[in-house]
Amino acid sequence: MAEAAAGAAASLGGVLVRYPGRAPLGPVDLDIAPGEITALVGASGAGKSTLLRLLAGLETPSEGVISRGDGRTGLVFQAPTLMPWADALANVALPLELAGLARPMARGRAAEALAAVGLGDRPDARPRQLSGGMAMRVALARALVTEPDLLLLDEPFAALDSVTRRRLIEDLHRLWAARSPRPAIVFVTHDVEEAVYLADRAVVLNGDSGRVVATLASPGALPRPTGWRAEAAYRSAVEALAAALVDAMPAPAVGAAA
Amino acid sequence: MSRLLPPALLAVLILAGWELACRALHVPPWFLPPPSAVAAALVARAPLLAASAAATFWMALQALAVAALLGGGLALAVSLSRPAEQAVRPLAVALQVTPVVAIAPLVMIWAGLDHADRAVVALAATVAFFPLFSGVLTGLRSADPDLERLFDLYGASPVQRLVRLRLPSALPFMLEGLRVAAGLAVIGAVVAEFVSGSGATQGLAWRLLEAGNRLRTADMLAALAWLMIMGLMLNAAVGALDRAVRRRLS
Repeated sequence: MAEAAAGAAASLGGVLVRYPGRAPLGPVDLDIAPGEITALVGASGAGKSTLLRLLAGLETPSEGVISRGDGRTGLVFQAPTLMPWADALANVALPLELAGLARPMARGRAAEALAAVGLGDRPDARPRQLSGGMAMRVALARALVTEPDLLLLDEPFAALDSVTRRRLIEDLHRLWAARSPRPAIVFVTHDVEEAVYLADRAVVLNGDSGRVVATLASPGALPRPTGWRAEAAYRSAVEALAAALVDAMPAPAVGAAA
Repeated sequence: MSRLLPPALLAVLILAGWELACRALHVPPWFLPPPSAVAAALVARAPLLAASAAATFWMALQALAVAALLGGGLALAVSLSRPAEQAVRPLAVALQVTPVVAIAPLVMIWAGLDHADRAVVALAATVAFFPLFSGVLTGLRSADPDLERLFDLYGASPVQRLVRLRLPSALPFMLEGLRVAAGLAVIGAVVAEFVSGSGATQGLAWRLLEAGNRLRTADMLAALAWLMIMGLMLNAAVGALDRAVRRRLS
């Protein structure tokens, strides 16, 4: 069993998940450094969401070790996953109230978290009154309200239009940079451009086994300067990641000679 | 109001046709009385029918309360364990598929020999039980699985999970169950009264039976009209409750 790297926010050592009637996932070794942004890319079915749930402690591996520090974990899914019967403020306050924090205290901190994602003026909005992007901001506020040192995002922007997506990515960088210490972020995506832009490094998972087949560092510092997407360094990093992703996918032999 | 106009017009047309046919064809009133005779019976027997309707309504309401308590309570208990649900569900389904009329004589023996009204409530509660049990159980399991994961992540206690996630998620299913159960409770009450057939319960079904035995067809139709109106009112009341809750929940 691999030992967790010292000082890591989280690490997976030889983690294997067995499924009945299917090839197992892993073994996976992955270290998440504090304050680092990691993109998990791979084909659908590569086990990206499973890795996220393992990191969150919501699933236990069949083999291997998952180590986590004492810090709290934040989690955002592809859908905002808000409670439709509760307003934005109550949704954001939920993690604190579940932890036993007194209601006025929890609501106060939830209001600050809502303001940080730009929704300070909509505390009493119901989820159905919010656009997709705004609902996702509420979900982000809920994940950040406990001040986690590890933030897990499972394709959080996949369902949003490109303008809303870019704004949210910028805001995520801003929120991440404003915290001290910065939380480690692990996010799942199958969008190579998003992976290069948002993360320090992209971890490519094999489409069949979920094993880590490549790790590509993104060029440049976070957050990105304006117009960074036009730079050659960005574009060549996107191409390199796309190529690595193609290599990691089992391809059907279309038109192959017999 | 324009939504009410077409059905009202159709009703007037049917009643007018019925009245004209009765007069033109000289239909004997014991076979099919004209609407005017039914209206006269409605007026003449209004106090008696109102009291009977109140009795039936009250019994159905008690049955509904008993069924909600037992069905909801059992569903809540069973929702905590899969094996318990697997054990109880077939029994609940068996109860549901057994015809009410066939159970009625048994319930009469067990609950109603001395207190016919108790037997009526018991039978109506028996038929109203399943939709409430099923609605609450399905509802408690209907919460968004990702929200369940969040409650896991934040270490929610079973009580917190129930109160803050599963009960609110279950409410629409409970109300749907209540709507079905309300209709069934009235049916159960009427069937039980028919089977007891003794006049010990002075509900609408007894009025129907009594008038039928005397071939007072207009009185029968008048009682039937009360039953119909009661059913519609009950349906509308539960529907309004349903809409009010949905507005608050979403």
